[in-house]
Amino acid sequence: MSRLVSATAGVTGTPLVTDILTNQYTYLLFALLLVIGLYMVVASSNLVKKIIGLNLFQSAIFLFFVSTAYLGESGGESGQAPIIPKKAVAYDPYASPLPQVIVLTAIVVGVALTAVGLALVIRIYGEYGTLDEETLREVRADD
Amino acid sequence: MTEELLPVLLIVVPILGATLPLVLGLFRERVGWAVAAGTLSVEAAVATWLGYAVYIGDQRVVHVLGGETFGRKEVTVGEFDTEGFIVGIELVADALSGLLVVLVALVALAVLAYARRAGPRRNAFYSAYLLLTGGLMGLVLTGDLFNLFVFLEIVGLMTYALVASDRSGASAVAALKYLIIGTTGASMYLVGVGYLFVRTGTLNMVDVSRVLAGEPAWVENALYSEPLVVASFGFIAVGLATKAAIFPLHTWQPDAYSESPDSVTVLISALVSTTAAYALARITWVVFSPDFFAANPRTVELLLAIAAVSVVAGSLLAAMQRRVKRVFAYSSVAQFGLIVMAVGTAVHPAAGDQATQFAVYGVVVHLIGHAVIKGGLFAAIGALNSSAGARYVREYAGLAKQRPFLSGSLAVLGFSLIGVPPAVGFVGKWYIGLAAVEAELWPLVFVVFASTLLTLLYVARLLEKLYFTPLAAETDTEPRPAVAADGGGSVSYGMVALAVLAAVLAVGLGFAGAELTDAVQPLVEAIQESSPEVHP
Repeated sequence: MSRLVSATAGVTGTPLVTDILTNQYTYLLFALLLVIGLYMVVASSNLVKKIIGLNLFQSAIFLFFVSTAYLGESGGESGQAPIIPKKAVAYDPYASPLPQVIVLTAIVVGVALTAVGLALVIRIYGEYGTLDEETLREVRADD
Repeated sequence: MTEELLPVLLIVVPILGATLPLVLGLFRERVGWAVAAGTLSVEAAVATWLGYAVYIGDQRVVHVLGGETFGRKEVTVGEFDTEGFIVGIELVADALSGLLVVLVALVALAVLAYARRAGPRRNAFYSAYLLLTGGLMGLVLTGDLFNLFVFLEIVGLMTYALVASDRSGASAVAALKYLIIGTTGASMYLVGVGYLFVRTGTLNMVDVSRVLAGEPAWVENALYSEPLVVASFGFIAVGLATKAAIFPLHTWQPDAYSESPDSVTVLISALVSTTAAYALARITWVVFSPDFFAANPRTVELLLAIAAVSVVAGSLLAAMQRRVKRVFAYSSVAQFGLIVMAVGTAVHPAAGDQATQFAVYGVVVHLIGHAVIKGGLFAAIGALNSSAGARYVREYAGLAKQRPFLSGSLAVLGFSLIGVPPAVGFVGKWYIGLAAVEAELWPLVFVVFASTLLTLLYVARLLEKLYFTPLAAETDTEPRPAVAADGGGSVSYGMVALAVLAAVLAVGLGFAGAELTDAVQPLVEAIQESSPEVHP
């Protein structure tokens, strides 16, 4: 990745690895959010909270992708937003646009999923009058 | 030349068609079926054309989305050469995806015959139906790992909507469960893709495979033994196994199959898990390639172990169910276990050329055979349900006399599922078993054998009820309260015809086994040579 970023940005030399030490905390945050989100999905018995957990889980992945695109301080210059004016003569270090596009797409997918999930939750609430998984199980067992 | 447009058409036609039922629905009610039938007829024709180009014309049809700006470029930036990497998204129809394209198009068209009477009849249903078809096509055709995620989610979203399309509370609960588990699975896949992207700098399947093999100058060695790459395989395998409903990750599937409307069950049981398993096979074989598994034999052993457990557990759970739909839902868990087992066998370090060949044959034949068998089974079950109100195994007592065609199809499809020659179920299982023997993976041979016996267990139980239990013996002869569903408790010729057609195909495809295996020969060679591209 570091090579790719430097390749697209036209920077020769210093790999990203040294910079990661200063930027590493986003990856830690990624792991933390991922696990918290997954835990919410599994452990919470409230259906809406499960969907919130799912969103957190996905946000963690977005954070991971965005973090990979980030170019920290390298050789005195940090990465710019990848908007290159037509008249640009030299290439500054630009952040890789690809992960950002990926995240943009994934966010759209995530929004659609949340919408469908909440629509289903509303229907479940209308039908059974509860959002609690345990209660729902009891109500449905009585049917 | 024109063939290059076909993959795009296959995705665009149903997605554009999906807008029509909603728009035309403003002027006329119940226009959805006609629109879907028209669109999917075009789709089937295009798919057949593509299949013809791929198999008869021996082409690898590639389309790069976005026109001239994109494609394979030789760009040198600074001192780095991009080595002909692809810019943009590729759609690829080769020896593997071609078969799936034809399968998806034909099954989607055939299930319409069932849905006409069985409903749901709302226009929105057909929009979702067409979007699902478009998503499945994209999933099958794409040559880009992230694009695969997007299509995986389109398929997922549409499936959740379709499962809940009869507006009952139970189906909403099933759909939500599917949504939560399915999305988690797809997100796992995305994490895996992220890891691969970080290490290889590309998302194109062929390019990722080349970088992993250490081909470009800027990679010193093959990357197979790097923890990041191994972890990415783990995430991708778990994600796609969730979508394909492999044993510990299958919990969404029986609910989704049994609570959704019958037409939806037929469609998703035949296609949705099938394409997920296809994606797993493609990524395992072509992106990671056998060399990865030679470097990490543990990963493939783990995959095989999970698949084997899935076969046994799925079959046992199927035998314990009382609702017929759930019996065959769990049966899918077992059958996809078999398929994943063969996917793993093909790349197992112990597998020689012969074993790889048989395993690939097994996967392809069983993937297609299972889609036909399971679709047909659910069609027969759904028709029996709406005509005789039979939902539980015990309610099947003596139905064979009243519904000879449906029961006959059910019996033929059941035997095909068990693996009685000459049906297609036999051919698939035979190759899977043979591959395990060739690779000398004896526990797997035992599992294949056991799966046949276990399948016999639950199919025979059903057939015994259908044919040999007299009607009066177990259930009271009171007419069952007709289920006042959308279908109104009637069976159309289309519903019966679909079940019979599937039964005929299940036997007929058995005889066409040699043609199927010939068709995927290029794929076999590509895997044997660890080549990232499947060339004719």
